[in-house]
Amino acid sequence: MSTRPHKTFYQKHESLILGYGVLLITLIIWQALWSAHKLSPLFMSGPSAIATRFWDDLLHGHLLEDFAYSGKNFLIGFILAAVSGVVLGVLIGWYKRLEMITAPFTSALYATPRVAMVPLIIIWFGIGMWSKVFIVFISAFFPILINTIGGIQAIDRDLLKCARSFCATDRQIFTTVAIPGAVPFILTGIRQGVALGLIGVVVGEMFGGSQGIGFMVAYGGQTFATDTLFVGVLIIAFAGIIMSSAAEQLEKRFSRWRPER
Amino acid sequence: MSKLQIEHVSKRYWRETLDREVVALSDVSVSVADGEFLAIVGPSGCGKTTLLNIVAGLLPYEEGTVSIAGKKVQGPGIDRSVVFQHSSLLPWRTIAGNIRYGMELQRRFDKKTMLERTEHFIRMVGLAGFERHYPSELSGGMQQRVNLARALASDPEVLLMDEPFAALDAQTREFMQAELLKIWSEARKTVVFITHQINEAVYLADRVVVMSPRPGRIKDVFKVPFARPRNLHLKRDQKFLEIEEAIWQLVEEKSHEHTPA
Repeated sequence: MSTRPHKTFYQKHESLILGYGVLLITLIIWQALWSAHKLSPLFMSGPSAIATRFWDDLLHGHLLEDFAYSGKNFLIGFILAAVSGVVLGVLIGWYKRLEMITAPFTSALYATPRVAMVPLIIIWFGIGMWSKVFIVFISAFFPILINTIGGIQAIDRDLLKCARSFCATDRQIFTTVAIPGAVPFILTGIRQGVALGLIGVVVGEMFGGSQGIGFMVAYGGQTFATDTLFVGVLIIAFAGIIMSSAAEQLEKRFSRWRPER
Repeated sequence: MSKLQIEHVSKRYWRETLDREVVALSDVSVSVADGEFLAIVGPSGCGKTTLLNIVAGLLPYEEGTVSIAGKKVQGPGIDRSVVFQHSSLLPWRTIAGNIRYGMELQRRFDKKTMLERTEHFIRMVGLAGFERHYPSELSGGMQQRVNLARALASDPEVLLMDEPFAALDAQTREFMQAELLKIWSEARKTVVFITHQINEAVYLADRVVVMSPRPGRIKDVFKVPFARPRNLHLKRDQKFLEIEEAIWQLVEEKSHEHTPA
């Protein structure tokens, strides 16, 4: 007879303790160096200074406005990218001829770093919000499109044969086999699109304009306001962490039927 | 009266890799009586699966005639259903959803009837209680029961089984054979059962068709004299072993001829 092996608190939570422990120690050392004036404010900042700056900007500055501006640009661009990417991806994946026609364009555009297109986009849309929206759109669109096409084309041959044997129409095959089979692929595209769209919004604001978190980071850099710069970077980092883990949760939820990995 | 009539069916196709025509089936004729269990055995490459796909309507044929109850086969129809070698279950549907799938595609029954039939066949294949499980949670043997239930639920006149137990381990396989006979005695369908295992064919069938490869043609037809219900002890019976041996000799002789020196 065997009993449940006893695990200490540390053994149960080893990865959390190690990960966050090291983070905490880093912060303490950083703060100590900062408090002892070992770091030049021109090049570095300290945790306490960043926290103070954050609090100040939140209460008295325009941090909330900047955040809302970037958030809005991101959301509009991302939603446009998600809707058009999924719809076009499904069509291109389903109709072979459409894929033949579009393949040169999609692969060329997919391979081009989106940052390279930013100056052109600013010429087209100006330095207002629509250039940012468009940069987010074009950054998030391609991973969603490419993954959706792949998902539709990855249709399971055995399931296809089975559906045919039960007299399925093309339409039934599309709705009962192709679309559900593509869902995990689409969600992977969405997750990649979130990450790239976030880069897009920051880059877009750095290139032109006078608002947003990306602008805040660029401005902080130009004026040697390292604390402002750090606030901006941390906000972007947290937004990235939160959105990609949300997308990951979504991905997991919709592939519940998959065998355990 | 014969339910399924196969007359002088030949099938050739162009094999790209060999750059020449391959004769998959050559002048195959056999008729299956209403309620009969027919097994087809032969080494791989003898065209038995090609024949089944033609009867299922999944493969077009140019020479000869296949007819079910006097009606010529021209594509898949509601009078046939296939039990596939790979269970071919939709991984995102529950067991009940998968059993309903064939009926859903064929649109023959109303909602209430589909529900009743789903329940009935889940019980018949011994999976009551697993309605809400997903295929990935089931063993290979259980998945093949779902595959069988789906085929039976759509109420075909002829049940086509394409090596349904080939992927199962030996023990599960024997168990499934016995189960199949039990289910078949209840459902009373005309069955065409493809296998490469001779003793499986003899144990299950009323008649065993032996095919030989290149070109695929019928070599001989054996009548299996054993009364039903049969149980697994039959496989140790002297007469059973004699029939098995005779079929084995026939299959073996042909494949030796074609083994390159």
